[in-house]
Amino acid sequence: MDILLQQIINGLVLGSMYALVALGYTMVYGIIGLINFAHGEVLMVGALTSWTIIVAMQESMPGTPGWLMLTIAILISFVVCGALNFTIEKVAYRPLRNSPRLAPLITAIGMSLLLQTLAMIIWKPNPKSYPSVLSREPFEMGGAVISVTQVFILAATMVTLAGLMFLVNRTKLGRAMRATAENPRVAGLMGIKPDVVISATFVIGAMLAALAGVMWAANYGTVQHSMGFMPGLKAFTAAVFGGIGNLAGAVVGGIALGLIEGIGAGYLGALTGGVLGSQYSDIFAFIVLIIVLTLRPSGLLGERVADRA
Amino acid sequence: MLNTNQGKFIAFFLCGLGLLVLPLLLQPFGNAWVRILDMALLYVMLALGLNIIVGFAGLLDLGYVAFFATGAYIMGLLGSPHLVEAFPAVKAMFPNGMHFSIWWVLLAAAAVAGLLGMMLGAPTLKLRGDYLAIVTLGFGEIIRIFLLNLDRPVNITNGPKGLMQIEPISVFGINLGQKQSIFGIHFESVSLYYYMFLFLVMVIIVVSSRLERSRIGRAWMAIREDEIAAKAMGLNTRNLKLAAFGMGASFGGVSGVMFASFQGFVSPESFSLMESVMIVAMVTLGGLGHIPGVILGALLLAALPELLRHLAGPLTSLTDGRLAPEILRQLLIALAMIVIMLLRPRGLWPAPEHGKSLSKGDTA
Repeated sequence: MDILLQQIINGLVLGSMYALVALGYTMVYGIIGLINFAHGEVLMVGALTSWTIIVAMQESMPGTPGWLMLTIAILISFVVCGALNFTIEKVAYRPLRNSPRLAPLITAIGMSLLLQTLAMIIWKPNPKSYPSVLSREPFEMGGAVISVTQVFILAATMVTLAGLMFLVNRTKLGRAMRATAENPRVAGLMGIKPDVVISATFVIGAMLAALAGVMWAANYGTVQHSMGFMPGLKAFTAAVFGGIGNLAGAVVGGIALGLIEGIGAGYLGALTGGVLGSQYSDIFAFIVLIIVLTLRPSGLLGERVADRA
Repeated sequence: MLNTNQGKFIAFFLCGLGLLVLPLLLQPFGNAWVRILDMALLYVMLALGLNIIVGFAGLLDLGYVAFFATGAYIMGLLGSPHLVEAFPAVKAMFPNGMHFSIWWVLLAAAAVAGLLGMMLGAPTLKLRGDYLAIVTLGFGEIIRIFLLNLDRPVNITNGPKGLMQIEPISVFGINLGQKQSIFGIHFESVSLYYYMFLFLVMVIIVVSSRLERSRIGRAWMAIREDEIAAKAMGLNTRNLKLAAFGMGASFGGVSGVMFASFQGFVSPESFSLMESVMIVAMVTLGGLGHIPGVILGALLLAALPELLRHLAGPLTSLTDGRLAPEILRQLLIALAMIVIMLLRPRGLWPAPEHGKSLSKGDTA
């Protein structure tokens, strides 16, 4: 029983990070219909930026409390990633908005590769250990343990999701975003500047990814230039799982995927008599994806969209 | 005066001759240069294979490397002593090791990879382009993870260590792995492989250009342009898409066999997502669906960074190892993908647009 509880906690933590990244994918896809392949790399840049900040602060101001360092690092990663994603959209995606469908996808893949390479040049390719700034004393909960970092991840995700829901449903920008997603041309006629809305979407998505990046780094304890790929891919899976373009779907999909992975990794070995171990846990995401797309291509919460000629 | 046909013939003849003597000219400067050519030809094969799926039928496949890996591992399993050593039953069947003819291996690889392609295609046929991209990408990763982990409980792929001592190809009694001397001309092993690859590239070019103009090729293009309209015209889009997947995949399998015996070993790390991305980039940068364009794209992306790698030494030492050749290569590919797409969204050498001249009222 305690194994199950433990795996559920791990799955929830993993799922919250997927959800944050998936939101970025789903918002961008909802508005301009592009899979932003570089989104996972934004997460990586966020994590590496926060690593630089925290290491620098630990050296220059050794007495600073951990939560303060983490907060400052998150804020700075917000700025860096927001600016980065803003630039990416402006330089690589905007000029291609009306070109053949594959072209922006290829620049997006190129951008992902470029960011990885630049990160390799700036931060060197070796994996770096991420300083543990929060207390390492874990809480005990009915036989399972949960670390302070994991509590922070769950709490921060909830706060962020609440903030995002407010932004999208209650503010003027949110309404403009929904309108642009619905129909950019009509939104333009109603006095919304689609370019501004699209830029804002990219910046918000980047901030969510940066937050997830810091969480990822704090949870797993290492950062590297290649760390963005898997979370990015799985978060996209989560977005598709929940129904791409649908914000609530991204959250549900992310958490569901996290749980499937967490529980699956915990029990796969026992179920198959040790033939398949937890090294196959990465496959779950893809198998889930293939099953979902075959049985319900619009995702869990997505609406069925008719094919447009 | 030459008429255009004669001119074309002479140009082709000279090109062919140039291609034939190229490795002999490069050989004296070191095998590394011929190796670059070999790898470039391999990528041309892969790009042409993927072009059938992405370029002709318009199905974006980001996991193409899975078929390449399939071919390579089939060659690896059949051509290396691994199976004989790991399984006593196989040893009992082939006491002297399995030395299959390369043609059988090629056939097996093409068949298995093609079947795998169709198996992947079947559940994903209904998907729209972007979803298809992600599913195929996931499929590529699944294959890689299996290759990486199938050393337990039964050692099939030898895990991350990969398969070693894969025997070189023998064609008509000529062992491509050894130096040969024919009519007093010395051929290094890499040059022999060059001719083998060149031959296969030619075969693939002929097959795909015949396909392009055939009934099936025109049907693929109709699906690419507008699937609903194609269906309305009575095309069986499901079978046609499956055929595209299968055919493209079998070319990938053939290239994999070549790669495995050329390298002499295979390991899962050769088949990362990066390779799939590279192949897609070659096809799209060159010109989707246009065979000469695809070849150009493959040659550019495969060979140019390799050449630069040889010239990158000083840059590496200048930047304290940060701009290592491998990193520089990746940087260049990334920049090329972005810049070329921004400047020429339809690729460097796109297919001529049919019907354009009519709409312009051009009568020429």
